[in-house]
Amino acid sequence: MNALTAPMPLSLPAASPKPPRLWPRRTWAALLCGYAALVVLVPILHLAVPAGSALHVSDYTLALAGKILCYATVALAMDLVWGYTGILSLGHGLFFALGGYAMGMYLMRAIGKDSVYGDPDLPDFMVFLDWKKVPWYWAGTGSFAQQAALSVLAPALLAFVFGFFAFRSRIRGVYFSIITQALTYAFMLLFFRNQTGFGGNNGFTDFKRILGFPLASPGTRVVLFALSATLLMGALVAARALVTSKLGRVLTAIRDAEDRLRFCGYDPIRFKLFVWTLSAALCGLAGALYVPQVGIINPGEMSPANSIEIAIWVAVGGRGTLLGPVIGAVLVNGAKSWLTAAFPELWLVLLGLSFIAVTRWLPGGLVGLWRRTARRAP
Amino acid sequence: MIALLAALAVLDAATLETLARGESAEKTRAVSALVAAGEVRAAPVLRALLEGRLYAGETGPPVIEEGGALRDALTGAASAAAIEELEKVAINNRLRLLLQRGLGLLALKSAAPADRLQAARGLLEDGDPDNLPTVESALSRETDPAVREVLSIAQAVLALGHPDPVRRLAAIRQLESAPGASSKRQLQQRALVERDPAVLAALQRAAASVDGALRRAELVGLLFGGLSLGSILLLSALGLAITFGLMGVINMAHGELLMVGAYAAWAVQWAFRKGAPGAFGWYLLAAVPASFLAAALVGVLLEVTVVRKLYGRPLETLLATWGASLLLIQAVRSLFGAQNVEVSNPAWMSGGITVLPGLVLPWNRIAILLFAGAVLLLVHTLLTRTRLGLLVRAVTQDRQRAAGLGVPTPRIDLLAFALGSGIAGLGGLALSQIGNVGPELGQGFIVDSFMVVVLGGVGQLAGTVIAAAGLGLVNKLLEPTAGAVMAKIVVLVFVILFIQRRPQGFFAQRGRAVDET
Amino acid sequence: MNLDTPRGPVLYLSGVTVSFDGFRALDSLNLIVEPGELRCVIGPNGAGKTTLMDVITGKTRPDQGDVYFGEKNDLSRLSESQIARAGIGRKFQKPTVFRNHSVFENLELALATDKRVLPTLAAKLTPPQKQRIDEVLELIGLQQKAASLADLLSHGEKQWLEIGMLLVQDPRLLLLDEPVAGMSDEETARTGALLQSLSGKRTLVVVEHDMRFVASISEKITVLHEGRVLVEGTMETIRDDPRVVEVYLGR
Repeated sequence: MNALTAPMPLSLPAASPKPPRLWPRRTWAALLCGYAALVVLVPILHLAVPAGSALHVSDYTLALAGKILCYATVALAMDLVWGYTGILSLGHGLFFALGGYAMGMYLMRAIGKDSVYGDPDLPDFMVFLDWKKVPWYWAGTGSFAQQAALSVLAPALLAFVFGFFAFRSRIRGVYFSIITQALTYAFMLLFFRNQTGFGGNNGFTDFKRILGFPLASPGTRVVLFALSATLLMGALVAARALVTSKLGRVLTAIRDAEDRLRFCGYDPIRFKLFVWTLSAALCGLAGALYVPQVGIINPGEMSPANSIEIAIWVAVGGRGTLLGPVIGAVLVNGAKSWLTAAFPELWLVLLGLSFIAVTRWLPGGLVGLWRRTARRAP
Repeated sequence: MIALLAALAVLDAATLETLARGESAEKTRAVSALVAAGEVRAAPVLRALLEGRLYAGETGPPVIEEGGALRDALTGAASAAAIEELEKVAINNRLRLLLQRGLGLLALKSAAPADRLQAARGLLEDGDPDNLPTVESALSRETDPAVREVLSIAQAVLALGHPDPVRRLAAIRQLESAPGASSKRQLQQRALVERDPAVLAALQRAAASVDGALRRAELVGLLFGGLSLGSILLLSALGLAITFGLMGVINMAHGELLMVGAYAAWAVQWAFRKGAPGAFGWYLLAAVPASFLAAALVGVLLEVTVVRKLYGRPLETLLATWGASLLLIQAVRSLFGAQNVEVSNPAWMSGGITVLPGLVLPWNRIAILLFAGAVLLLVHTLLTRTRLGLLVRAVTQDRQRAAGLGVPTPRIDLLAFALGSGIAGLGGLALSQIGNVGPELGQGFIVDSFMVVVLGGVGQLAGTVIAAAGLGLVNKLLEPTAGAVMAKIVVLVFVILFIQRRPQGFFAQRGRAVDET
Repeated sequence: MNLDTPRGPVLYLSGVTVSFDGFRALDSLNLIVEPGELRCVIGPNGAGKTTLMDVITGKTRPDQGDVYFGEKNDLSRLSESQIARAGIGRKFQKPTVFRNHSVFENLELALATDKRVLPTLAAKLTPPQKQRIDEVLELIGLQQKAASLADLLSHGEKQWLEIGMLLVQDPRLLLLDEPVAGMSDEETARTGALLQSLSGKRTLVVVEHDMRFVASISEKITVLHEGRVLVEGTMETIRDDPRVVEVYLGR
């Protein structure tokens, strides 16, 4: 292996440029403050401040905020594949729901004798279907550890297998999006069937406890909330490390010029598969934390519309910025929970308009807009 | 002896007297005689007797109560008798049974074919071998083909129990030549009690052959169902084959264009019902251009405001058109309500045609099949035989060179998009004839439509047709064993796997352009 | 990297046929390139030049025929990235660089190193690697622009960056598809000098339309026509060959 040894004009090596910092110190500080507020301040406001006070965080608000934190984690996972690698997935709702279902199975078994039919072993819907024992794929679902692991492994495995074939066949761009949508749709139909054994239409609900702690108690809720915040914070830090590594640069290179990268000697399939599977696993984890806080999981979570909505969180906040999608998820879902209650007809119009407006006028999302104005200001 | 008596029985004052005031046994004999004699004129009296509307006083002629008025039972003239002084003629259960059967037999001689048909069906259901002579004599007189058909099946079914094995064999042959679910049942039942080995063998052979015929009918039915579903898939995918397949524009609002077309059909139907009820049967003729134009107009709006601005950015186009689809859904909800609206078929589309015994093909499905063929022909002609088609193909194959040659590419894009949208509108018109029309109509079709286009191979009209028909057939053929939902899932999984093997669809075009997606 | 005996041809194509929908882009083409050669491939539009590049780099599979790199590497069996790692670098007709990365990062990505997923995740630039990148930056004259986004480079600079990416990849065989398209005369001259300085140590195959450029750099020229080799030889032989004149001017 003989390197090019042509006589070079001697010169000092040019200073190799430092990669631009993704987050300046200010951003780190803001992130840490935000995280501290979520895991310390919110629990105090929920537990210690009396219900009458204006500062009190109600059950509803806590559950809503916890839910949005899980969505924000999904948005972050989506940003890794779409924003950085250029793969628009319309199947992230599926991975999220699979994680939720895995955790839901444990929660159903944990209901035990407190169920409506009082069967210590069979979840209500199985008694209703007149099943005598749990099907084989429910084996061991009473174990929290197994189901927690499954909530990551099931979506990761599905993503890996699906991605392996799709990427190997060079299915790209909108084709990949359409196929992921079909996959999600097929799974939704499958889970709607009663015979599939996941509660059909109604899915899982009426959970009572997790690891012995009652789900209705403020303490359990606060812990679940803090865990969601921690997952998001951890995912943010890890995702930052990922995208600032050389691997992150390879991912962006896949997005911009996959052929060039291939002729550089990289196998894009492996890189795509890596980030795709990682992203699905993160969604599964978010789903597992979502279900005990929201108290229900049903096949509606797998509807194609839900998966597309995830894309708009990312687009509104700003693709390929990590923080943008988190902000987008918070804004869009905050607006959704307010508008669907206050002006139900307006919500769909606003959502539809934001899809059009962001793609047409705001390709960088809010973060892109902020960066542009910040650059212009000084 | 009875036959001799029967020949003489007529409805006269004496018979009426027996029916009104005789002993139970006498009444029974009189009814039997009237029925055996085929005295059709006795039917109203017998019905009144069965329904407890025959009255008789101590003396005087019996009367029939009908809608509060009393009439003389023999002459039908209005009667002056007061109902308070009369008594209802009592009947026992045995007589009631006799009356029911007797009325059925008498109806065979009614002047109205509908009555005779009903009576014949009753006899077939009954399966009482004693009625064989009645059925045979009715058959010899009958002229109406529909009634004859039922009677001859009834004759065969009843003759299955005939003591003469030769008659039984003849009956078996007859049933074999007119297969149906009931003949299969009758043959099987007779096989359980048949003693004669030759007849038994014939019975078993015939049952198997009838079974085979029924299966064939079922298969033909399934194939038709598959083609019908395929034609609907084709109609919903044809427009997409132009916008996505040819132009490469990913339009997630395509389903909503179907919905717009369906609502346009509803509006035309509504206008006809209000303004020209006499011409209601023709409203579809007006709905064809209306659906096309409505959807094309929405398509033009979509192209100008969204699609055109995002040229070359397919993922953004996907998201923006999805946004547009949400807007369209909400707009329709606000205008026409969130509930489904009712679109009725014109009269000629209801009912169906019997192609095989036990298989009726509905007219509306047949009409849609033909309509899909016509639309396909139209699209094909437009693309291959017209200047617009030539320009569209030029632009899709090499946009820059086409522009260089002076083709106004933006206008061609707009026209092609409008065409694809309008064809989606026609699909919506077809959908309005077989299902519910509501704001979410389109959502159910978007995944299927894209599967059809992708499976068929982008830019390939023939591929789209084969993919639509294939998906429809596979779906319907799987349904009996797997169930409707599982069939759909299996088909989706098949498409997903197939596309992994051949990303360019059935009709792969191998070339440099392939990698440019 | 899979290097074999320095004797024998670097690139060996025999009877290679590729058809698209009945159209034969390559028609039992034979081509042999010796080590250290700077070979130019010319031919009218549609002669099969780009398809030839595609076949060598694994982008298109030949329907028939053998494609060997050295003696051991059967290119018709390797994937594009495997071929790249085996030592073939390719520059596209249209300059293709990673436009959202800095010039330095573009070179870093192309650098010959372990290109599997996890090593990439943990990769840190070693001082020799960094020095290598700096050398190439110098060679392609982009030291001053090392930190700027590749997207902001001029057309010629992008072409050079792409050539630089090939160099840090350290290939034995470089395929260059129209390397001077869109360059000014001065840039073209510099590129020619760069390519000539590389020949001898590496093998180069250059596809080019610019005849003056071809004449200025190349010893041996291959003329493709309708998927076959029409003529092979020096500029003089080719210029005088009536078939070449016919192909270029006859229509």
